[in-house]
Amino acid sequence: MDSESLLLSLELASGSGQGLSPDRRASLLTSLTLVKRDYRYSRVLFWGRILGLVADYYIAQGLSEDQLAPRKTLYSLNCMEWSLLPPATEEMAVETSVVKGRFMGDPSHEYEHTELQKMKEGEKVFEEEVVVQIKEENRLVSVIDQIDKAVAVIPRGALFKTPFGPIHVNRTFEGLSLSEAKKLSSYFHFREPVELKNKTLLEKADLDPSLDFMDSLEHDIPKGSWSIQMERGNALVVLRSLLWPGLTFFHAPRTKNYGYIYMGTGEKNIDLPFML
Amino acid sequence: MEDLTSAKEEKADQEVGEVGRPWEEITVASSQDPESGLSEPLELEQGPERGPQPRSSPPRSPQSRTSTPLDDFTGPDASSAPSPPQEAPSPPSILTLARQELGTPWQSDKTPDVDPKAGTPRSPHLEQSSDKGESTAPQTCQSEGNNFQQSQQTGHHLYGPEDVSENNSKQKELRFNIFQEEDSNSNYDLDCAEPGVSEVAPSLLEIAIQSAKAYLLKTSSKSGLNLYDHLSDMLTKVLDERPENAVDIIESISQDVKMAHFRKKLDTLQNENEMLPTYEIAEKQKALFLQGNLEGADQELEDEIAENSLPNLMESAFYFEQAGVGLGTDETYRIFLALKQLTDTHPIQRCRFWGKILGLEMNYLVAEVEFREGEDEEDIEDEDVPEERDDGDSGADEDDEDELPRAFYKTPQATPKEESRTGANKYVYFVCNEPGRPWVKLPSVTPAQIVIARKIKKFFTGRLDAPIVSYPPFPGNESNYLRAQIARISAGTHVSPLGFYQFGEEEGEEEEEVEGRRDSFEENPDFEGIQVIDLVESLSNWVHHVQHILSQGRCNWFNPIQKSEEEEEEEDEEKEEKGEEPDYIEQEVGPPLLTPISEDLEIQNIPPWTTRLSSNLIPQYAIAVLRSNLWPGAYAFSNGKKFENVYIGWGHKYSPDNYTPPALPPVCQEYPSGAEITEMDDPSVEEEQAFRAAQEAAALPEEMEETEEDEDEEDD
Repeated sequence: MDSESLLLSLELASGSGQGLSPDRRASLLTSLTLVKRDYRYSRVLFWGRILGLVADYYIAQGLSEDQLAPRKTLYSLNCMEWSLLPPATEEMAVETSVVKGRFMGDPSHEYEHTELQKMKEGEKVFEEEVVVQIKEENRLVSVIDQIDKAVAVIPRGALFKTPFGPIHVNRTFEGLSLSEAKKLSSYFHFREPVELKNKTLLEKADLDPSLDFMDSLEHDIPKGSWSIQMERGNALVVLRSLLWPGLTFFHAPRTKNYGYIYMGTGEKNIDLPFML
Repeated sequence: MEDLTSAKEEKADQEVGEVGRPWEEITVASSQDPESGLSEPLELEQGPERGPQPRSSPPRSPQSRTSTPLDDFTGPDASSAPSPPQEAPSPPSILTLARQELGTPWQSDKTPDVDPKAGTPRSPHLEQSSDKGESTAPQTCQSEGNNFQQSQQTGHHLYGPEDVSENNSKQKELRFNIFQEEDSNSNYDLDCAEPGVSEVAPSLLEIAIQSAKAYLLKTSSKSGLNLYDHLSDMLTKVLDERPENAVDIIESISQDVKMAHFRKKLDTLQNENEMLPTYEIAEKQKALFLQGNLEGADQELEDEIAENSLPNLMESAFYFEQAGVGLGTDETYRIFLALKQLTDTHPIQRCRFWGKILGLEMNYLVAEVEFREGEDEEDIEDEDVPEERDDGDSGADEDDEDELPRAFYKTPQATPKEESRTGANKYVYFVCNEPGRPWVKLPSVTPAQIVIARKIKKFFTGRLDAPIVSYPPFPGNESNYLRAQIARISAGTHVSPLGFYQFGEEEGEEEEEVEGRRDSFEENPDFEGIQVIDLVESLSNWVHHVQHILSQGRCNWFNPIQKSEEEEEEEDEEKEEKGEEPDYIEQEVGPPLLTPISEDLEIQNIPPWTTRLSSNLIPQYAIAVLRSNLWPGAYAFSNGKKFENVYIGWGHKYSPDNYTPPALPPVCQEYPSGAEITEMDDPSVEEEQAFRAAQEAAALPEEMEETEEDEDEEDD
C-alpha cells in the first residue's frame, strides 16, 4: 500500500484481522517519509509484516519512476530503522527452498540443513553429509520475492504503458466500476508478464496495449486460489490469496484507493488443492 | 434547418472573425427549438463587428438564451419556423428575415469580448455550448432524428477547435460550417450547399480547408463518433480540469472522454442495479443503530445496565488494537451492536465475541453464548449415526444347511455426544455473515465430527449449508464443520492468566477418578493480577480454561465397552461375535483443566506460543500479547487484571508438514476363512495337468474300483 495513504489503506484492509498497533502506525508514517527522501524513491509501498517467532519483520518497498522495474526492498524490526535487502537471485531461491517452518525473527539466524553432496576425492566419488548454513536474510529476500511474483495485485487501468517503454501510474484512473470489480480478470499481477505471449491472437486483439500489458489473475493455477469478496455492501472489494494466506488486496470501486498488504508467517500454503 | 440556412447567408455576408462561436450558437439554437427563435443565437454569433465571441451568451443559460430571443421574435420566428427537418433550404426569404432578427438582438446581446484566442473567455462559452449541445441532443433526437442531432453536435463542437486552430482565415469558414450543418450526414456534399452561397467563389485554400474539415467530421462506422467532436470534447475537458502535465496523460483523457460519451444513455439503469446491495446492507445496519430507540423508557435502561450480559467489546478491541489485531473501529462497533441485538432477542446469560473466520465467499462472525439456566433451546437433534449392527442377520438368507458365512464386521458404535453445557458443548455459538444480518445458531458438536475434522482441512465457503466433500467423509455440512473447528480452537487456545479462574469449592478432593474430573471453574474474587512483565516472560503464568478434547472427540471420557455389554444382554439374536473388540480400552487422558500453557507440546521445535509486549517504546503501559503458533490467528491479551481471547483467521491448524489425506483402510475380508469355506487360487494349467497325470497314474491300478474319483478330478 502506498505510504501516502497509509492510514486509509490500513483501515480498508482491516477486514483480515491483522493490522498495526498505533505505535507502529505512527512510526511508519514518520520513517517511510524519511526513507523516501533518503533513497530518492518516487513511491514507497508498505509491503507488510512477516511474523517471526522472536520478532516480526516489517517490509517496505521503494519504486522508481518505472513501476515495473525491480523494486528495492527494505526491512525493519521496529518500523524506524530500515535496512536495504539484497536483490533476489535464482541461487537464493534454490537454496532457501529447503527451509521450512516459521521465520525466526532474527536476521542473522542461520538455518542448518543437511544434505548429501557428492564429493570427489581423487578418483572416488562418494556422498557425504554436508551441513549447509542458510541465512535468514536470504530466506527473507526470496520469500518476499516469491510472494511478489505470485500474488502482488494491481487493478486494471492503474498503470499504463507509454510507447517508449516505461510504465507510469495512471493519474486518470478513477477506479474500477462495480461490475468490473467483481471479476478476477480486472486484476493483474504486479510483475513482468509471463503468460501474455501465450494468448491467442484473437484474445490479443481485444487487449488494449497500453493497459493490458500484465497477466491477469483469471488464469492462476489452481483455479479458485483467490477469494474475492465484497465487504460493506458493495463499497469495498477484497481479494485474499489462498496460496499465500495473509495477502490481502483491497479496492474501493469508483475511487482511487487500492493496495495490497501481506500479514502472515511467510509460508506458502501447499495444501491448497486439498482445501478447495 | 432553414434558420441555419438563413444564418449561413448572414454569415456569408458578414465578415466574422470567429467561426466557431457563432456557428455553434446557430446549431444549438436550431437544435433546441426549431420553431422558436433559432435565429436568435445565430444572430448572437453573427456579430459581425466583433471578432471575439459573443460572450453575451455565456452568462445566460442555454435555455434562457433561446427563450429571450423567443420572446422577441415570436412573430417572425413563427413565420419563419418551418417544420424542423427541412432539407431543402429556401434561402432568400428566410435570409432576409433572419437578417432582421439578427440585427436587433445582436446589438443587445453584444458583450464586448476580447480575444478570440484567449483560452479562458472561450472556455466557459465552450462549455456552455457543450452543455447546450448535450442537452439539446436528446430533444433534437426526438424532433429531428439522429442525423440532425449529429450535425448539431458537430456543429457545436465545430467551433471550438476551429477557433483555436484556425484563427486566421475564418470568414469563409462560416459558410463552410453552415454547409456542414445543413447536411445531416457528416459526409456533407459541398455541391448541394453551393447554390445557396454562390456569391463567393471558393479558393483553393478554402477547398483544402473544407475537405480537411469534412474528413475530420467523418463519422466512425464503428462508434458513431467523429474526430472533430472528439477533439473538441477532449480539449474542453483539459481546459476545464487543467491537470498537471496534460500532454503526458492525453491518451487517457481521450479514452475517458470516449467512455463518458457512451455512458450517458445507460447511466440510470446501471446505477440502480449496482448500488442496490450497498443500500441494502446500509439499511440493515441502520436498523442496528436504531434498535435502541424503541420505547426508550427509563425503566428499560436501568434493566439493561443491570443485566449486563454484553461484554465491553470496545474495550477489548482497544486492547487488541494495541497488539495489532482487530477489525477496525467502525466494524467493531457494528459487531457490538449486532451482539446487543443478539442478547436482546435471546435469553442469554453471558455473551462474548469469539472471533471471525474468513471464508471464500463470505466470512463468519462468531459469538460465544451461554444461555440462562433452564432456557436452553434445543433445536432438532442431528440424527446421530444410528447404531447399526452389520452382521449377516440383516440381509442374509438363512438356509438350514448352508448358511452363508457371516462377516464379523461391526460398525463401530458412535460415541454419543456430550450433553449441553458440558465439555465441548459448554457454550452455544451463533454466527452471522455480516453485522446486520440475522444470527444463526450452530448445532452442537458430536465427537465423530471432531474426530473427522482433525483429519481434513477445508476452506469455509461462507454458506452454512454448503456440503463438505472430503475423505474421510465428514458427517455434516459446513455448519457442523464450522462448529467442530470452533470447538477445537477454543480448546486449544483459550487461555487466561494464572489465578484468574479457580476451581469451585464443591468439587472436593477427588481428582483422579474417571467421573471426578474437574470441569467447572469460577472466577476468583481474590485475583490480584499478575505483572505484565511476568505474563510475557513466562508461559506458566497462563492457563487453559477450556477442557482439552480427547482423541475420542469428547472432553469427558466415554467408555464404549460398557455400553456394548449392555446391548449384548438385551439382544437375543444370535451373533457371531468374533470378539474383535478388545475387552478393555485404555482410558484417554488429557491434561486437566487449568493447566499452564507451558506444558503445551511444541510443534517441531517451534514453541506453541509467542509472547510480546504490545509496545517496546512505552513499556509501563504496555500489555502482554500472546499469539498462538499452533492456530495462527488466535490471540490473547492481558494487562494484568483483564484478559480476553479472540480468533481471526481461516480456521485451520498450523502444520509445518504438508497435509496428507489419510489412506484408505484395507479391504475387509468378506467372511471368515474356515474349514468349510476356503478361498483358493485357481490352479494354473501346469498344476492341473500334473494333477491329472497323478490321478491317472493312481487310477490305473484301481480303475476298476472307483469311478467316483474321476468326479473329484473335475476342478472348476
